[in-house]
Amino acid sequence: MTTISHPENVPPNVFTQDELGWVPWLEPLTEAELTDRHRAGLVDASRSKSPYFMLLARDPEVLEARTKADKDIFYNPNGGLPRAERELSATATSRHNGCIFCASVHSRFASTHSKRRDDVQRLLDEGLGADLGERWNAVKNAAVVLTDTPSAFGSNEIDALRAAGLDDFEITDVISTSAFFNWANRLMLSLGEPVPAKAA
Amino acid sequence: MSAHPADLIDQVLSIAPGSRLDALRRHREVARENIQKAYLALFEPTDTSAVSLFDRLAIASFVTGLHGQIVLGDHYAHLLAITEGGPGISAIISAEIERGETHGPYGRYPEGPLTSEDKLGPIYSVSLHHQEHLGDKLSAALVHAHLLVFRPRDASREALEALLDAGWTTQGIVTISQLISYLSFQTRIVEGLSALAASAEQPVAPFSQALAAGAHS
Repeated sequence: MTTISHPENVPPNVFTQDELGWVPWLEPLTEAELTDRHRAGLVDASRSKSPYFMLLARDPEVLEARTKADKDIFYNPNGGLPRAERELSATATSRHNGCIFCASVHSRFASTHSKRRDDVQRLLDEGLGADLGERWNAVKNAAVVLTDTPSAFGSNEIDALRAAGLDDFEITDVISTSAFFNWANRLMLSLGEPVPAKAA
Repeated sequence: MSAHPADLIDQVLSIAPGSRLDALRRHREVARENIQKAYLALFEPTDTSAVSLFDRLAIASFVTGLHGQIVLGDHYAHLLAITEGGPGISAIISAEIERGETHGPYGRYPEGPLTSEDKLGPIYSVSLHHQEHLGDKLSAALVHAHLLVFRPRDASREALEALLDAGWTTQGIVTISQLISYLSFQTRIVEGLSALAASAEQPVAPFSQALAAGAHS
């Protein structure tokens, strides 16, 4: 067993909203190797096209639970934080941990759902000090403080979120989305590397 | 019978059915259920051929200890202590947590405009003396856990190479990567919800309305 190197790849060195690729450092499963258990772990059949999910499918029980939690935290339309701000929380978390790939995907989603592409880009370019207005600042700062290890997340963050108008269901979504990206960032950063967007 | 609670997060936060925190968690019922399922997949595994339960609990005790999450740290330390071989290494893991404690995230970016944001910090290794007790394989896993916990952007292909050299399989690396990353999530859910639980319940009406209604202190 060995790792897979990509000597031809020059990983992107800036945060971007472009569509980056990702290549694994360990061998993903092949289609031919998939059992029913692996397919259940992938949840969506289309995920067998992704080397990231095909690598994680080597532990299908964990992948299945992770995927279902992910979808509920981000896509459940029933109340709570608007989708744009769930994606903002994921983007701020990824920006703080330094996951260029995760930040690219979720900053695009944040832009699409908020129509505030320039503000999202400023978060990527200027970093966590970017002034995005009271509500977005509160979400961004809460995500950042929760991402610190050890975390000092506490009443300051809760008070700022409430002052910005978030109710407790929304605050719970800020916590879940940021916590979830502390899971996702570590997998993406440690199992492979990003690939620059294809030239248009 | 399972040694695990029906919902670990409810247990560590003492969330009672019908309470305010229970309502907040059940608003995302599918996530709530699957956060527990992922916990069981990692700590009550059906297949331990790639990663033993002993190694899972030793890594978990180390990772939650590094996070300074006392309740979860105690939970995994306890599970480790009641696992065969566990009592012998509990003190070693505690000592390594102390040696490894620092503040993250830090690390380097690929060379370029973000280089100015590079933040350097300690590079952890297991003490030589403890390495003899833990063995090369578990020691390598603790080094990898420290890397992912505190400086995830320093992760590299070479770090995976070191795990393979120490005897981990590809499947084993996927599982320990999930385990470390899951615990980075679980500790934050607990930190976040405990802060929310500690905060006063959200007022129904803004303060100004309460004043207008003639409230006096």
